[in-house]
Amino acid sequence: MAEGSAVTREILDCRRLLCPMPVIRVQDKVAELHPGDELEAISTDPGALNDIPAWCRINGHQVLEAKERDGEYIVRIRVGSEP
Amino acid sequence: MQRKAVALVSGGLDSMLAVKVIQEQGIHVEGINFFTGFCVEGHTHAIRKRDRKKPKRNNALWVAEQLGIKLHIIDIVEEYKEVVFNPKYGYGAHLNPCLDCKIFMVKKAKEWMEAHGFDFIITGEVVGQRPKSQRKDTLPVVQRDSGIGDLLLRPLCAKNLPPTLPEREGWVDRERLYDFSGRSRKPQMALARKFSIEDYAQPAGGCCFLTDEQYSVKLADLWRARGGKQYEMDDIMLLKVGRHIRPAPHFKLIVSREEGEGRFLQGYRGRYPSLKTVSHAGPLALIDGEVSEEELALAARIVARYSQGKNAPEVELEYRDTEGNTRTLKVPPLPPHELNPEWML
Ligand code: SF4
Repeated sequence: MAEGSAVTREILDCRRLLCPMPVIRVQDKVAELHPGDELEAISTDPGALNDIPAWCRINGHQVLEAKERDGEYIVRIRVGSEP
Repeated sequence: MQRKAVALVSGGLDSMLAVKVIQEQGIHVEGINFFTGFCVEGHTHAIRKRDRKKPKRNNALWVAEQLGIKLHIIDIVEEYKEVVFNPKYGYGAHLNPCLDCKIFMVKKAKEWMEAHGFDFIITGEVVGQRPKSQRKDTLPVVQRDSGIGDLLLRPLCAKNLPPTLPEREGWVDRERLYDFSGRSRKPQMALARKFSIEDYAQPAGGCCFLTDEQYSVKLADLWRARGGKQYEMDDIMLLKVGRHIRPAPHFKLIVSREEGEGRFLQGYRGRYPSLKTVSHAGPLALIDGEVSEEELALAARIVARYSQGKNAPEVELEYRDTEGNTRTLKVPPLPPHELNPEWML
C-alpha cells in the first residue's frame, strides 16, 4: 500500500464503450491508483467480462468479482503490487 | 544485464511466434497493441446477436496470456486519423494505408520503448508476406521513416535482412532467428508446432476493417457525403453495423439487420432522427442527413420494406427526432423493383 494512505475505491464508467475501450480505460485508471486500491468498472459491452479479467491476469491485478447486473457488466478489481 | 524488447502484438500467429523466438533467448518481452478504431475484434461481437454465441476473446490479450507477457493497449484513435486521411505511401487494395500504418505504429512503439527503458522492438513481419507493407523494399522504409533504424528486429525473417543492432551486439543470437519469406504459412505453422502452440487466430487478410471492401466503400461514401475526409469514433463504428442505404447524396439510412444491431442503434437516437416500424415487427433505422417531408416518406417506405409487413398494403412507423419528439407515419412498403441497387452501400 502506498505510503500508508487509505485504500481508495473508485468506480469507472465504461458504459457504451466497445471493447477494447473498457480495457484501455481500466488500464489508464489503474496507472493512477496504488497497490491495494479497488476499482469497479461498469460496462455495457459483454466482452468486458472476459477482457478486463484477462488484462488483470496478465498484469498482476486481482479480480474480486465479474458479473452481470441489470444488463450491465461489472468487474471489480484490486490493484496488484507489481510496478 | 537482461535486455528488454517490446513486441507489436496484433493477436495473430506471427507476432506470437516472434515473441516466443525472442523469449527463448532470455530477453524480457512485453507486448504493445494499438487500438485504431478499425480493429476487427470486439465491436461486431458486441453488437450482433449471433456473434455473441461465439467464444469471445480479445486475441491480443489472449496471446499475451499464452506467452506470459504483459500487454499494453494504446488508444491511438485521434492521431491515427492523419494516417487514414493522408497516407504518404497511399492505400492498399481498399482504404488500408498499411505501410503508413506500420510506420506509425513502430514510431509509437519507439516512443513507448524510450519512455519505459526498453532496448529494441520486435514484430512478426515476414518478407514478402503482404503485397505492400511487408516487401523486401518496404521493410527498410518502415525502419527509416519511423526513426527506429536498426533497433527493429524481425525474428521470423531476420536472416534475410541485414543484422540489426541487437544481433550485432550479441543481445540475440542471429543463428537462432529465422529466414521465412513469401506468402506461404507453412513455416509459421511448423514453428507453431515446435512451440506446441495449437490454438491461434487465423489471419484473415488484414488486421483491420480498412482491408474490407464493403467497409471501405461505406467509408468513401461517408467522406463524399461530408465533403471531405473526416470521421469520429461513432461514425466508424456505425459503418460496421446494419445496412447502409443512400437514396440521395445528402442523406442515408442505417437499417438494423437483427435485434442486436437494433439495440445498438437505439443508443444513437439522440444523435440521429430514427424510424421504427410499429404495426409490424421490423428494424430500427437511423437517418443521417437532412430530409424533406417527401424524402422522409421514401425513407419510411424503405424501412417498411425490411419489416414483417413488407407485403402488407400499409405499414405504420414511428418517426423520432433527436429530442425524442415522435409522430406516426403510414406508408406502403417500397416494392423490391423500386429499391435502386445503387442506393445500397
Ligand atoms: S490491415 Fe489495417 S491495421 Fe493492419 S497494417 Fe493495414 S492498415 Fe494497419
